[in-house]
Amino acid sequence: MKNYDVIIIGAGVTGTAIARELSRYQCKVCVLEREEDVCCGTSKANSAIIHAGYDAEPGSWKARLNVRGNEMIESLSRELDFPFRRNGSLVLCLDEKAYPDLKKLYDRGIENGVEELQILNRDEVLSMEPNVSDKVYAALYAPTAGIVCPFHMTIAFAENAYTNGVSFHFNTEVQQIEREAKGWKITTGKGEYNAKCIVNAAGVYADKIHNMVSEKKLHITPRKGEYCLLDKSAGNHVRRTIFTLPGKFGKGVLVTPTVHGNLLIGPTAMDIENKEGVNTTRDGLQQVIEKSADSVKNIPTRQVITSFAGLRAHEDGDDFVIGETENDFIDCAGIESPGLSSAPAIGEVIGKLVQKKYDLKEKIDFISTRTGLPDLNSMTLEKRNEIIHKNPAYGNIICRCEMVTEGEIIDAIKRPLGAKSLDGVKRRTRAGMGRCQAGFCSPKVMEILSRELGKSIEEITKSGGNSRIIEGINKDTF
Amino acid sequence: MKNYDIVIIGGGPAGLSAAVAARKNGTESVLILERDDKLGGILNQCIHNGFGLHTFQEELTGPEYAGRFITQAEELRIEYKLHTMVMDISADEVVTAMNQEEGMFQIQAKAVILAMGCRERSRGALNIPGYRPAGIFSAGTAQRLVNIEGYLPGRKVVILGSGDIGLIMARRMTLEGADVQVVAELMPYSGGLKRNIVQCLDDFGIPLKLSHTVIDIKGKERVEGITLAEVNAEGRPIPGTEEEYECDTLLLSVGLIPENELSRGMGIEMNPVTSGPKVNESLETNIEGVFACGNVLHVHDLVDFVSEEAAMAGRNASLYVQNACRSQENTKNLTEKEIILFSEKGVRYTVPSVIRPDHMPEELTVRFRVGGVYKNCYISCYLDGERILHRKRPVVAPGEMEQIKLTREQIMKNLLLQKITLKIEEE
Amino acid sequence: MEIRNLTCIGCPMGCPLTVKLEDTEVISIEGNSCKRGAVYGKKEVTNPTRIVTTTVRVSGGTEPVVSVKTKEDIPKDKIFACVRAMKEITVPAPVHIGDVILRDVAHTGVDMIATKNVEI
Repeated sequence: MKNYDVIIIGAGVTGTAIARELSRYQCKVCVLEREEDVCCGTSKANSAIIHAGYDAEPGSWKARLNVRGNEMIESLSRELDFPFRRNGSLVLCLDEKAYPDLKKLYDRGIENGVEELQILNRDEVLSMEPNVSDKVYAALYAPTAGIVCPFHMTIAFAENAYTNGVSFHFNTEVQQIEREAKGWKITTGKGEYNAKCIVNAAGVYADKIHNMVSEKKLHITPRKGEYCLLDKSAGNHVRRTIFTLPGKFGKGVLVTPTVHGNLLIGPTAMDIENKEGVNTTRDGLQQVIEKSADSVKNIPTRQVITSFAGLRAHEDGDDFVIGETENDFIDCAGIESPGLSSAPAIGEVIGKLVQKKYDLKEKIDFISTRTGLPDLNSMTLEKRNEIIHKNPAYGNIICRCEMVTEGEIIDAIKRPLGAKSLDGVKRRTRAGMGRCQAGFCSPKVMEILSRELGKSIEEITKSGGNSRIIEGINKDTF
Repeated sequence: MKNYDIVIIGGGPAGLSAAVAARKNGTESVLILERDDKLGGILNQCIHNGFGLHTFQEELTGPEYAGRFITQAEELRIEYKLHTMVMDISADEVVTAMNQEEGMFQIQAKAVILAMGCRERSRGALNIPGYRPAGIFSAGTAQRLVNIEGYLPGRKVVILGSGDIGLIMARRMTLEGADVQVVAELMPYSGGLKRNIVQCLDDFGIPLKLSHTVIDIKGKERVEGITLAEVNAEGRPIPGTEEEYECDTLLLSVGLIPENELSRGMGIEMNPVTSGPKVNESLETNIEGVFACGNVLHVHDLVDFVSEEAAMAGRNASLYVQNACRSQENTKNLTEKEIILFSEKGVRYTVPSVIRPDHMPEELTVRFRVGGVYKNCYISCYLDGERILHRKRPVVAPGEMEQIKLTREQIMKNLLLQKITLKIEEE
Repeated sequence: MEIRNLTCIGCPMGCPLTVKLEDTEVISIEGNSCKRGAVYGKKEVTNPTRIVTTTVRVSGGTEPVVSVKTKEDIPKDKIFACVRAMKEITVPAPVHIGDVILRDVAHTGVDMIATKNVEI
């Protein structure tokens, strides 16, 4: 039996943000994750946007936590060394008749406390973003909106939490939760755990976890969003994140640069039953391409390098479910958009809630900063040579599309909570995330993983579990 | 900063042949920069035979073909650096490269030959819907795993795309013990060479389904199956034609893209049809002293033609360096006459796309591809309005590169010549 | 009379051949644009042969396998026997282009030779 003060279920951006906050205090914290790595669910497949905060109903958790999250993110990105850029966003109004809706959005933003909002006329919009649709009538400009790398953000939270003593147990799926005299017994695929307090950050499964302990049932609908990612050669097509006026199912299809210099278009919004339904569909991808053309013209869709789908955890109540819903059981459920933007604030709120309830003392040796992998491509030639001289592996390019070196891949594997699979390496280093989509580098990355982890090539997976890459050796069936 | 007369980016078949030709033409200072751990490029993993019929009048495997050129390069003592990634080339021909021993370093070249080859189109470029499990490989990745590393990436295989690598891999995986169930091709014709269809599919009873594509990929962790459907003339799946295949692997052989990131970075003008640089009769790009050859220029089917083309680039780069040395103030003559090659009616592009009569060799090979399958047609070439070539062909297809030869005499005959037009004619 | 339609594989041209057979006797070949086409057409309907290329394990080398080929073409129906024969073989490095890996593979009278250099 493993005993903890707090067990967090789910190592997505919400769970790891909470873990990082709790690691400030003197308590024993563990994160249970059913996948082999952090950032494997909704956190890995979304728009990678830090919203300004004008969308949600004033007073809602979504509104409050988004605005607070946006305030926190910049200093947090410096403290934890993950990429964030305040590129600003534009919500386009393409029809004069819809102008009152744009104005409504502006007013809501003001009420939510979003700063620097302004409404721009057609000419102002087109001079800022020449590729925006010629139909544009006006736009809501939010300079505080930004873009982030959701992988690096989640990994940064997790690594920092780990450094400060939080345990992470992967491949550990929660099967059952029972109340005991003092706290909870959690049965998982990897044995039993005891905790005084549970934090439910299980994404699309947060209803399932909640309903194990509560009579007041939650219901989460996976709302699928499909995306296309374009080559870096298309990365400057727009500089800001371009939305259209929101509809019933969210913010519509957006067009945005990513923090790594690609162009991202999507998402669709389709309610589905299957919580594992992260497959893309022909209709969905077609919709992404068609709808993105409504707001931005001449998107070079021939430059698509990959497509993917993510599931938003939509709760029937249409807001985040945050707080202690049962005694010693804290929900962070229904974390759909703006969940990524809100994650730092959710961490803060839950951290304080737990601290207060259990009267936790601060750690005196809390380490607030974390350093990511070195960004070799931004270094000067001299600086780069210095680092290669110390470690020649930094001079060996493995991923030629993203210019990732062997040194960085070894770092990604050897770090705390290091990469165990091709996807793990990809999310940490971008090896395989470029235009050839791992065609050239995957055999080399497999070799490095095999060497560094002491595993055979046959044991190396794409993303843990049964996602093996090699099925056998030549002629083994003859 | 080190200086070389000619720096060649890439040590595959194009780079090797260019280097050999440049040296044979008298340029001593030649350097090949190769990112992999050996010379030979992609030929090292193309272990099937069929290379070299034109160049050596015998049938060789890829590594043997590469071996012949590597031996020549070594006999000529051509310098090369392995494990060396070129990071950047400036418009004034400063090459920035990196390797483990030397770190990042720069070389000033008098001429640069681009010979970086190409890469495979990925699943994303096709927007194939479905899950994203392990077990989806580009045919070239599978080729590397099987032929160089000895690993079988899958046991039950479906191949999308009938490009040559896909066809070759259908046979290779069959001969290593996998069950290749079907090759599907979106187009109504194969993108590969006919003899590969015969030797790689027909020999093993592997069906080729033309006008078919993958419309779904199943399996969350590892591929569990795919759905094929027939497509209509617009390439859209026809409802009701879906067929399910149980498989653990999907190989993609859906096209090759010249790798021109370095070229774009230095401001080279590109041809949108080939995705390669626009070049003149000397295979020189819009940047003086920068030449291109092989698959980085346009994707070839036969390495023999790559070698031939690259030799021409190597020779021209060598001549350029020698002439530039003779007259230091040699600046590009902006008023120099240029004749443009037009691709019309069935011809998609030509390489070169412009000819400077003053630099025209005695005989020039113009390579091109057609945009569809044409039967009993003629390949025609016009100099302004005059038809100088009318060659009957039983069949031409997009999968097979075509060529014609133009002579200096033809070009010089008419001093007022404005344009050269290539087209496919019915009669 | 039997008519067999083939695609010539003598070179990348891939000429469409029409071979007319009387019993097992070739009486005419059409569609070829060179002499090799006629030779191929005749052979393909009477005694089809192929060059086989595959891999063999290497011990102690810089690479785990070496590519090999049959030095000459072998009967088409011996392809699998030939490949199977290579399963049991491991050759010690170094191996060089042209080295004989196995003599008389699958009783074809043809040697299997290395097509690549694998050093120690």
